[in-house]
Amino acid sequence: MIDPVRSLEARREQEATRREAVDKVTSESEAVALIADGDHVAIGGTCYSRTPMALLFALLRSRRRDLTVSRPLSSFEMELLLASGTASRLVTTWVGIGLKWGLPLVLRHYVENGLATYEEWSHLAIGLRYRAGAMGVPFLPGLSMLGSDLASAVGLKSVECPYTGERLAAYPALNPDVALVHAHRADKFGNAQVDGYFHMDVDMTRAARKVIVSAEQIVEPERIAAEPAQTIIPHFAVDAVVEVPYGAYPAECYGLYEADYGHFDDYVNEVRRAGADGARSYVERNAYGHEDFAGFLEAVGADRLASLGAAARQLVPAGATR
Amino acid sequence: MSAAAPPASAEEIMAVSASRLLSDHSVVFAGVGMPLVAAGLALRRQAPHLTIVIEGGIIGAHLYPGALPVSTNEMRAAFGAQMLTDVTDIFLLAERGFFDYGFLGVAQVDMFGNINTSIIGDRYKPTVRLPGTGGANDIISLCNETYIVTAHEPRRFVERVDFVTSPGYLSGGRSREEAGLVRGRLGGVVTDLAFMDFDDDTRRMRLRALQPGVSVDDVTERTGFELLVADELPVLEPPSPEELESYRELVGSGGEGGGAS
Repeated sequence: MIDPVRSLEARREQEATRREAVDKVTSESEAVALIADGDHVAIGGTCYSRTPMALLFALLRSRRRDLTVSRPLSSFEMELLLASGTASRLVTTWVGIGLKWGLPLVLRHYVENGLATYEEWSHLAIGLRYRAGAMGVPFLPGLSMLGSDLASAVGLKSVECPYTGERLAAYPALNPDVALVHAHRADKFGNAQVDGYFHMDVDMTRAARKVIVSAEQIVEPERIAAEPAQTIIPHFAVDAVVEVPYGAYPAECYGLYEADYGHFDDYVNEVRRAGADGARSYVERNAYGHEDFAGFLEAVGADRLASLGAAARQLVPAGATR
Repeated sequence: MSAAAPPASAEEIMAVSASRLLSDHSVVFAGVGMPLVAAGLALRRQAPHLTIVIEGGIIGAHLYPGALPVSTNEMRAAFGAQMLTDVTDIFLLAERGFFDYGFLGVAQVDMFGNINTSIIGDRYKPTVRLPGTGGANDIISLCNETYIVTAHEPRRFVERVDFVTSPGYLSGGRSREEAGLVRGRLGGVVTDLAFMDFDDDTRRMRLRALQPGVSVDDVTERTGFELLVADELPVLEPPSPEELESYRELVGSGGEGGGAS
């Protein structure tokens, strides 16, 4: 069930790659053309925090098929990918929005009817899978998942420590074909900065073979160089850069806007009413129904977005984001 | 609080009991929902130097009264934090042994403290596909001492879980240690009816104390397996007016109880 470990192949590929420091700014739709049918796509952020929604909506519009998608914690975007036929296999630790919204009904429909696979890892395990991929090693050892049915369900192997003889879980490296992440700001070369928590984006973008960054703002390289410690993704790891203000909506973006809980309420009500068809009509209306993410945001309305911004500013310290 | 303040609800009794487990100058890794609220209450009461860790890369959370987080990864969870890092770093700190307590909610727990949040029925053809582990498997495997906080309902307390998402004492005896889980232990289970721990030898769940006004029969009737019962059963202190006031202020009218694990 576990995909073959590709750390050596990914390394060879990296050695053969010319990492040109050129203008990589492009459109949402051109950026996601880097993704092919059947690819493994890692999705940055976690749950409903800094989800690269603009890139995911572009991916939905591209009508790619049969993707494997991985994420630390997954939210309703996974259901959109399943219901639209974009993804058929999930590699993650959790799928839902939050207890307030109940069980994920579309996930249930697809998995319980054998229409999709959900490969479940513990949170540390998936983190160390990306980290092993980022480090260029075939696995990393750790102490989670031991003894549980999670381990047997995915076919996790263990190793004996050559020094102490202890048994350790061996988490296989994950080198996704493409990683999609949303950042607070980036320059045209792809140097990307994130404010607040960075989830698993650092490891994910080093592990992936191609990286697409959307950013709230594309800034001059001098602005990046003025605060170099904020940069979490170096330009040479990035293949495409897209500017999308509110590009994580309805997920949150630290310091800039809170998640839109009301939007989740509406989605869940639609799914409760119509099942997977509800998720499909959500995709039709919100992703297929607009040429780009700006069109979707226009339909959401500027006032609504502004109120999420005001809510965010109450929750973070002054100067937490620039 | 005025004399007219309403009496403690089942949820409040549970939250207050759980909060009292946390001592000052300690570090707790809390799941969102009831465990996090209990930790937040401890911080406002007996443990002002408690450090609350949340899996979304958040260390030293303080919680914004009336706007509690619905997930483990959002600004509401990060309010007042001392450090924001990545998710993997949080679990590695747990693996290193920095976290005194793990605090978890559950969908289903069995007589050995194993938790299921994955699959009801056959693992390859589930009757119900639940959301999954999130960080629960890691918390119970890695924190020094993990406590489960949950409503005492028969559907939650089952003899054996269909699927061990997060390992308690597995099949009892030394099976947890034999699986390689030698670093952390499961401390007990706090509910609205009782406090339970685990017998040292069999590692079976054992009734250890009762909430006020609750009988042994009340507990066993709402437990889907045979509970061991300790020889002495003290009655837990009811929530004090100060604890209740603090809890109600924290949860607030806009507070949300649920969230990702």
